[in-house]
Amino acid sequence: MKGFMARNPFWSLIIVLAICFLVWAIFAPWPPGFVDTFGRKKIFLNALFNGVTLGALYFLVASGFTLIFGLMKNVNLAHGSLYLLGGYIGYDVANTTGWWLLSFVVVFVVVGAMGVLLQVLVFQRMEGEDLRQTLVTIGISIVVADLMLWYWGGDFYQILTPDWLSGPIQLPIVTAVKSSGEAVFLKYPFVRIVILAASIVIGIAMWLSLNKTRIGMLIRAGVDDRDMLSATGVRIQRVFVLVFAFGAGLAGVAGVVGGTFQSLAPGEDTRFLLASLVVVIVGGMGSIPGAALGALLIGLAEQFGSVYMPTYAVVLTFLIMVVVLAFRPQGLLGERR
Amino acid sequence: MAVTEDTSTAPINGKPQSWWSGLSLSSIPTPYWFVGAFMLLLPVLVGPFMLFQVFGWALILGMIALSLMFLGGYGGMVSLVQMSVAACAAYMLAIFGDSAITQISLGWPWWVAIPIALVIATGFGTLTGALAVRTEGIYTIMITLAIASAFFYFTRQNYVLFNGFSGFNGVKPPQLLGVDWRQPIPFYYLTLFWAAVAYLSVLYVSRAPFGLALQGVRDNARRMEALGYNVTAHRIAAYVFASFIAAVAGILLVWLNGQVSPGTAGIGPAIDILIIAVVGGLARPVGPFIGAIIYVLLRTFALDFMVSMGLSGERFQLLVGLVFLGIVFWSPDGILGLWERWRNRMNSTDRLTGETRDKDGGSEA
Repeated sequence: MKGFMARNPFWSLIIVLAICFLVWAIFAPWPPGFVDTFGRKKIFLNALFNGVTLGALYFLVASGFTLIFGLMKNVNLAHGSLYLLGGYIGYDVANTTGWWLLSFVVVFVVVGAMGVLLQVLVFQRMEGEDLRQTLVTIGISIVVADLMLWYWGGDFYQILTPDWLSGPIQLPIVTAVKSSGEAVFLKYPFVRIVILAASIVIGIAMWLSLNKTRIGMLIRAGVDDRDMLSATGVRIQRVFVLVFAFGAGLAGVAGVVGGTFQSLAPGEDTRFLLASLVVVIVGGMGSIPGAALGALLIGLAEQFGSVYMPTYAVVLTFLIMVVVLAFRPQGLLGERR
Repeated sequence: MAVTEDTSTAPINGKPQSWWSGLSLSSIPTPYWFVGAFMLLLPVLVGPFMLFQVFGWALILGMIALSLMFLGGYGGMVSLVQMSVAACAAYMLAIFGDSAITQISLGWPWWVAIPIALVIATGFGTLTGALAVRTEGIYTIMITLAIASAFFYFTRQNYVLFNGFSGFNGVKPPQLLGVDWRQPIPFYYLTLFWAAVAYLSVLYVSRAPFGLALQGVRDNARRMEALGYNVTAHRIAAYVFASFIAAVAGILLVWLNGQVSPGTAGIGPAIDILIIAVVGGLARPVGPFIGAIIYVLLRTFALDFMVSMGLSGERFQLLVGLVFLGIVFWSPDGILGLWERWRNRMNSTDRLTGETRDKDGGSEA
């Protein structure tokens, strides 16, 4: 951080100014001239919060993808299928038992087990064959997508939010001041805030376990030099299976989250696969902080795009990707190998 | 390896050979005679539906997959953007030429619209390539997949230029030389001609200095760079060539369907092109055409077949997925690889020494 500021004083200044402006735009009531150009503050705040929560969801999906890629160089293009499968299973569990939280546990275990199967049956057999892995996982995602369509049909599903999480809460952020001088505060769905907090916790926990624990040390060593790590006597295949199970389970959990605050339908698998591809390309392959930054950027771009330039909202995210690729091919926080 | 693939066209004893000297009739391999005669006589054998909807479509898909095969097989860059390049050419032809959407189409004559469409589509493919070659291997697939879906979303949401969700319909080939080129037989010969041109030019380029250098770049980019080759320029040039083939196929495609819409270049079709190329085999230019004919036959008749077997016809995608999965799982070099392995097993004596080879010797690609 300090090194970055010393090296790029100009960009640091711009970033600091942008953050100050953002804080001001969030907390202060907007002057009338500002409202005329940018629309009402409530719209801006909603786009901002929706963008951040969408970014949190993208982070959950993409962090598993980037972890798997960073450690094993496995390109799992069936990652989106794991997401959608997790969502469907979570819907069934939550519907039959009525326990929303239970569905997370079940989905993590079931989809994680699918991940183990994938790793053992597919990836261990074709280690180092990038193209073949890609093709096989594309084939798997086609087959799984059709099986899911067969079983769950083409309807939209939404997982019901439990009572204790539903409804909006009032945030201490002023959206407007009435003519009587009374301040209007922003109301926002509670469940989205909980999900945002949960993904921040998961992100920090992942960062801590990667950087402070023994298994994290093994994983980081594996990312740097796999052959040398296995030469020191570590059973690297076990680490691989573990990481794959964790990444797949996380994708499944993200499916439950996505099914709660968006909806589940055929085609969502491709959407989230693409989203996680773009996120990890922007953020940098194999980097957890990169996935967080990329997810935040893409989520914000998608939401602000759909509010301020609705026609080209989807294209905006790809534009970000192209710009990043053109100027920093390894991703914003990626390391050049 | 590919350098020694075929020595018959290479200059012998350093004698300068002109490019046509290898083209005497006797030097054309026998299979070419059979396939050529079969393809030329096909209109006598099958009806207009098979000719137009099955073989015409298969030849066009084969050309698009051929452009992927050129990039993937000789350049080592698997690009999923080829279908979008084809669709881009189709869109441009509809925009600059004639279509039923008269408020957008400019209605320029075909001899202006087609070159413009080809140039723009090739430019689009080249730009994508210039972005994609900044990264390597697996990243190329992801980036081209992302660009292909960006193209899909862009055409779906842009109504000013691309007419949004419904796209363009009523795009017809010109009436030329008194022939209606949309009739099955003329259209079949038109696609056959361009498919043959594309096939032969890929074959030619793969043995020309540029193609050999490209294969060198695929096998060891650093060594080629050390030898003084401009690796990036070779890769981008490969994209130019492949995009041009895909663009020609795109123009034929819009004539075949009579319409072009975002669905033409969706994520599904982009992956289908990859499936076609891989199922056929990425090692030889003929592979994509074999893959395309299998794909189109499956696509056309699997539904009836599955219904007659008592299964629901909706599970077509499952069948395609399983066939694809089976082939990439057991034979990564596609149908051609299976065929070669089978042939190797049949004559397992070494031609050079006359000794019996190992059972699995030489079968690994």
